[in-house]
Amino acid sequence: MEPQIKQQEEEEEEEGEERSNPQNLLWVFTLSTTLKLLLIPSYHSTDFEVHRHWLALTSSLPLHQWYTDTTSQWTLDYPPLFAYFERLLALLAPLFDPRIAHLRHGLHYAAHAAVLFQRLSVIASDLCLLYGCHVLGKNVGPWRRADFMWALLLLSPALLLVDHVHFQYNGFLIGWLLVSLSAVEEGRDLVGGFVFAVLLCFKHLFAVAAPVYFVYFLRHYCWRKGGGGGGVIGGFGRLLKMGFVVGVVFGVAFGPFFYHGQLIWDVRLCCCCCCSSPSEADFTISQAYFICVLSIRLELVPRASLMRAVQIKAVLSRMFPFGRGLCHAYWAPNFWVFYIILDKVLAVLLTKLGFSIPASSASFTGGLVGESSSFAVLPKITPLVTFLLVLFAMSPCLIKIWREPRPRLITRWVAYAYTCGFLFGWHVHEKASLHFVIPLAIVATESLADARHYFLLSIVSCYSLFPLLFEAKEYPIKVLLLLLYSLLMWSGFTQLRKFQTSTSSVKKGDKERSRKGTGGTKEEGGGTLIGWVGMSYLLGLLVVEIWGQFLQPYLLGDRFPFLPLMLISVYCAVGIMYSWLWQLRWILKCP
Amino acid sequence: MEKRRKSTAPSSSSSSKKRDGEDNAHSHDTLHQPTSPLLCVIVFAVLIRYLVSLHPYSGAADPPKYGDYEAQRHWMEITLNLPAKDWYRNSTSNDLTYWGLDYPPLTAYQSYVHARFLEFFDPESVALVTSRGHESPLGKFLMRLTVLSSDLVIFFPAALWFVFAYYGGRSRIGREELLWHLSLVLLNPGLILIDHGHFQYNCISLGLTVAAVAAIFVEKDLVGSFLFCLALNHKQMSAYYAPAFFSYLLGKCFKHQNPILKVTKLGLVVLGTFLLIWWPYVYPLKGAMEVLRRLAPFERGIYEDYVANFWCTTSILIKWKRLYSMQFLKLLSFSMTLLSVLPSMVQQIRSPSRQGFLFAMLNSSLSFYLFSFQVHEKTILLPLLPGSLLALDEPLMFQWFMNYALFSMFPLLRRDQLLIPYVALYVLFVLLYYCPFRKQDTSGRGSVNGWKTSVMALFLLCSLLLHLIYLTLKPPEKYPFLFEAMIMLLCFSQFVFLAIYSNVKQWTLPSRFTWIEKKKVL
Repeated sequence: MEPQIKQQEEEEEEEGEERSNPQNLLWVFTLSTTLKLLLIPSYHSTDFEVHRHWLALTSSLPLHQWYTDTTSQWTLDYPPLFAYFERLLALLAPLFDPRIAHLRHGLHYAAHAAVLFQRLSVIASDLCLLYGCHVLGKNVGPWRRADFMWALLLLSPALLLVDHVHFQYNGFLIGWLLVSLSAVEEGRDLVGGFVFAVLLCFKHLFAVAAPVYFVYFLRHYCWRKGGGGGGVIGGFGRLLKMGFVVGVVFGVAFGPFFYHGQLIWDVRLCCCCCCSSPSEADFTISQAYFICVLSIRLELVPRASLMRAVQIKAVLSRMFPFGRGLCHAYWAPNFWVFYIILDKVLAVLLTKLGFSIPASSASFTGGLVGESSSFAVLPKITPLVTFLLVLFAMSPCLIKIWREPRPRLITRWVAYAYTCGFLFGWHVHEKASLHFVIPLAIVATESLADARHYFLLSIVSCYSLFPLLFEAKEYPIKVLLLLLYSLLMWSGFTQLRKFQTSTSSVKKGDKERSRKGTGGTKEEGGGTLIGWVGMSYLLGLLVVEIWGQFLQPYLLGDRFPFLPLMLISVYCAVGIMYSWLWQLRWILKCP
Repeated sequence: MEKRRKSTAPSSSSSSKKRDGEDNAHSHDTLHQPTSPLLCVIVFAVLIRYLVSLHPYSGAADPPKYGDYEAQRHWMEITLNLPAKDWYRNSTSNDLTYWGLDYPPLTAYQSYVHARFLEFFDPESVALVTSRGHESPLGKFLMRLTVLSSDLVIFFPAALWFVFAYYGGRSRIGREELLWHLSLVLLNPGLILIDHGHFQYNCISLGLTVAAVAAIFVEKDLVGSFLFCLALNHKQMSAYYAPAFFSYLLGKCFKHQNPILKVTKLGLVVLGTFLLIWWPYVYPLKGAMEVLRRLAPFERGIYEDYVANFWCTTSILIKWKRLYSMQFLKLLSFSMTLLSVLPSMVQQIRSPSRQGFLFAMLNSSLSFYLFSFQVHEKTILLPLLPGSLLALDEPLMFQWFMNYALFSMFPLLRRDQLLIPYVALYVLFVLLYYCPFRKQDTSGRGSVNGWKTSVMALFLLCSLLLHLIYLTLKPPEKYPFLFEAMIMLLCFSQFVFLAIYSNVKQWTLPSRFTWIEKKKVL
């Protein structure tokens, strides 16, 4: 370990300032901004109207009606901080067009001014992402290349497609995540915890990584491994401190709603958020226990008339869409895809063998969002099962963190947690893949193996987002963006490989390094970056795409309209599963 | 641009000194480097073009005459449905006052090919007469695709060929420089905004011109003149380069052992090409005259709108249109143009050189822009092209030129509602120009002294202010075009400076670039 660190330091001196030149960051960011500006007139999904309505909602109604109003079907389903954020944006909207933020007249308003304003708000909020990149760039060591990392983060086609075409604020949210990760990496746990709590109050779906944060803080911040810092008592002191910080965040976010006496649902919402969040919140004794209780209860909620107001039910079920089925209309490429396919295959087989199987053939392929899913043969999956499965998948990582909480690995752990959530979670949306792909971009430049993994994963996850943008006009955009990014990664990683092999051969003194270097080149299988298996898998994507876009309409006509999407889901699910296993292996093998 | 980052990201982080040595050692096999950075540039350029094409085109939803988009669509309609003989002739189904064809036959053929493409997917958009003013999302998508494909098929390969041809002989140029230059040529904001935003097919004639230059640089003069004739026959404005081509090739012929033979060969190629393209109109000759008359729209006056050339700018003081007859003005503008082109022609005939040739192209096209009859704002693209081809030799000049070329088109683009792409591409250009991932080779470049930079900065500040004023303030009612006139004045002054600068530059080229020296090296 020691000689390595020494060498790293040497290198740092050598290459010094160039490594994280803020000018370069600004350059890359501005470049991506020009792309975003050019994307303004492209297609936007219903999320555009959703966010526009929230602008109107938060600016024209008093606070206590925000979560109960039903003027539009797009009720507010993000936690309060995001609502405040929308309120803030709504202050600027009249500068462009007062109708944007009008509760009734603004409904489905998508004039040029409205589009411009909303698009610009996304572009401006990406400054948060810029800040995240900046702080991450500060603590890159020789093991990361800041310039290239920034390019990977800021030019990510998935992020561009989801935020600047489809319309969402993921760049802004992921910016917070990056800031939090960077603070933890630097050892400033309290700041990291604070920022993560803020993030949770912006969007609760980020809570999947809460167990990782919780265990990490417990072991790294409160009771350090190997004692020190005042022992058990000091640990409790720090636990209280962290709890206080997080509590303040949640208090600020949810407090006003308490004050206005939206008792029933606010208490519940608060519970939901605090429980499913985390972690560092000391007033939840055992978060796992709470979530279990919660998910069981939520199942009961719709049936038992515990809740009086209908809209309250709607809000809750929107925030935690347990009523919406295991899979989204378009299946996110996760584990459940295989489960469904297996069920279908078994159903067909068993029917052929003479068993009578209740027909439910269109339950998934019908494309309906609502309705709980039912399986013909395999046991029904409940939210609780998915929850336990996620936790189970995460457990090796949690144990690893418990044993040795290392700041430098937090990014990988968090990414792994999101991967688990994505693969095994309930009603996962394909856009959730951003949560782990973007953080993995940070570590992609650390080693060749990481680069190879990221190359594959980012292409697959971006490709799995293609069905989001289904209009012909956007087709060249998504293809070109992905192609550009792949080429960028390809040439970047090739350079990285050249550099690594050259340094490893130059610095023969360091045995460990040179061993790594040669090992790396051997694995590559002569010349290609990702080897022939990875390459043929990626070429398979091309086949899937050509089938779905061109061959299917000619060969099959209108039959099996769901087939192309299903193929994409299944094929991408293989890649994501591989990524999960790869990450798991990495985490387990990491000394 | 990306490629520069990634290519340098690792190398800059590596001990740069060591790498420098390596780079020098390998610089001669520039052409055998991995192609992915090159592809990056190309894909990025395509992406930007496509993104710009999402924005509105000229005359969108603006009846009755719409804009250039409708003109191009109308030509497709005419060429698809009428026999070639009638394309340039007024008839019941071809009303020449409604966007009659006024480009040479190659444009007509190109329209025909594109019309077949449109007919296949969206026959309504090219139906005779009934399709006038046709606007639909599908139609727009298809029309945009025709421009994009023309660009990809003609301009992109031409630019690549040029870059390799131009630097093929120079061992000093590293791969990064080459990529940088290529990206500047491919991401020329003016060209992208006009072709993919406003809607035109300049990429074809300019691409053919670039290909002609490349061919001449690899000593294939006959191919070069063939390609240039094609360019001329796509847009008559390509004639702005004709003096440069003429004098460079003539100068080269004089250095040849058998100049007469060489000139004859070139002449035959030119004649043959023209004959081929004009075939449907050659007999009877009346047809050719009809076409020719369409190509020279003198009736439109010596200038239009607020173009930053000599005639329009001086008309503030001298009312040319009112004071003089058309005939006199024609003669005057012709002689002034010729006079201003002459020095650079003489220089090239005397000592033809590659760089000198590019300068001559810049000088002659700039002279035409400034002094010839009936110039349009968009015509600034023609001088801009040789400017971009010289970007690596004269980066500062190119940047200076680009600033005002873009600015001179700003009112036009704003009218087309292309403000967002204008800003984005302008910023993109600045980013590319100041690419931090490029190892700057400062040795070859003269340092700019302080006062020059401050004067340039002052002018740039003026242009920035004018941008803002134009966008935000309303002109006084008495002078509704006050701001346009101010923009015109500023741009004109800069173009004149530029013309003088580049003429001086051409005459003072270091001798190592001249023809004879180069031959010795080869």
